[in-house]
Amino acid sequence: MPYQRPPLSKKYLSGDMAPDRLLFRHRSFYEEHRVELHLGVKAVRLDRTARRVTLADGRQLTYDGLLLCLGATSRRLTCPGAELAGIHYLRGIADVAPIRAGFKPNARVVIIGGGYIGLETAATCVHMGCHATVLEMADRVMNRVVAPAVSDYFAREHRAHRVDIRCDMRVVRLEGAGRVERVVCADGTSLAADMVIVGVGAVATTALASDAGLACDNGILVDEYCRTADPAIFAAGDCTNHPSLRYARRVRLESVDNAFEQGKTAALNLLGRQVTHDRVPWFWSDQFDNKLLIVGLAEGHDRQVLRGSPEARSFSVCYLKGRELLAVEAINHSKDYMAARKLIAERATLDPEKLADPALGLKEAV
Amino acid sequence: MPKIVFIEPGGQRRDVEAPLGITLMEVARQHAINGVVAQCGGACACATCHVYIDPARLADLPPPEDMEQGMLETAWEPQTNSRLSCQIHITPALAGLQVTVPARQA
Repeated sequence: MPYQRPPLSKKYLSGDMAPDRLLFRHRSFYEEHRVELHLGVKAVRLDRTARRVTLADGRQLTYDGLLLCLGATSRRLTCPGAELAGIHYLRGIADVAPIRAGFKPNARVVIIGGGYIGLETAATCVHMGCHATVLEMADRVMNRVVAPAVSDYFAREHRAHRVDIRCDMRVVRLEGAGRVERVVCADGTSLAADMVIVGVGAVATTALASDAGLACDNGILVDEYCRTADPAIFAAGDCTNHPSLRYARRVRLESVDNAFEQGKTAALNLLGRQVTHDRVPWFWSDQFDNKLLIVGLAEGHDRQVLRGSPEARSFSVCYLKGRELLAVEAINHSKDYMAARKLIAERATLDPEKLADPALGLKEAV
Repeated sequence: MPKIVFIEPGGQRRDVEAPLGITLMEVARQHAINGVVAQCGGACACATCHVYIDPARLADLPPPEDMEQGMLETAWEPQTNSRLSCQIHITPALAGLQVTVPARQA
């Protein structure tokens, strides 16, 4: 049954959320709306000429319109030892139980990758009574998605909760007799590990599309109507590379909002409408009692403005190009985040001086 | 099990059973109440499960925390009885509560 992924690295991982609360809808919803579900079976071949999809069990489904929502898959380690037992990836619901089984008191968990998944999982590990070490290849955590001040804040929060955060660490091999026992880094560091969790990004799932001759380049290429080059085939979600009208470039997004909204837009267009998908992207992450809220894409800016102070545990970083607001990272600051969602969509221009005054609301800096 | 009355956009009334221990948003989602989108699934990160609570019953709910309050300020047409349904846990005190879904979400 279709389910939500965000809790998989958070409350569901810790066991604080029952499995039925992950479901979007009960089975009866699909029956009532005459949605036929074929679950647990892979679509293995797409024949565009015959307009037919072949499933792994040999069944064939023909279509007038097709929507590809293939998602993304975890990027795998390729270093020696990557195939040892005890190395986990966290992407789907089935990945959770083996990780939970490794949450034994004082278990030494090494997490490779200091992005959202790595850090959320680290927070859950210490919550479950394990020792957590995070190995990040870059010089700071979440370096691709947040400003240095935000990375610093979260690294401090993790260290305060006894997560051992180590940056500039490149894993070169994993060692052990059948099961992982040590993680070895380029600088010679060797860490004992009872369990390894890998969060080094995801790759768009495109094989079904590319095998059928649909153009793919870091995702299935679609236009602003979510349509591929084949007018009968649409694609939505993490698997797509699509134009962002707001940011005037192509993007591939791994976000709940994009999955929902692109899916809706694709559905409408499948039914003959002409609706464009043009969202300001947003993301969030829960780590300990902190909520990181991000809106917009921080690229092409020429100025960053810090609002409030990290010491107060509630602040935001605003990205401007000239006076135009491009993106905001808000830490425990939902007001700035929500205001920014509107302002960025409206292409609002702001006064940087006023913006730097945290006593003024974001909207008052217009 | 307490009953909750949802008024969907357009005025349709839906009387549903609300299991204890889950949130008002999850009740809405279980019953496919129109207009409750709940994109973030209850993380207080999207403001797409915004509802209006019967003003006479607001006191039956714990007040919103700062994060929720901040989200509500820029929700679509916030009112003094606005809440995010993902932040409301079903308790026996909510029996018969009437909840109105706004015409749009953020």
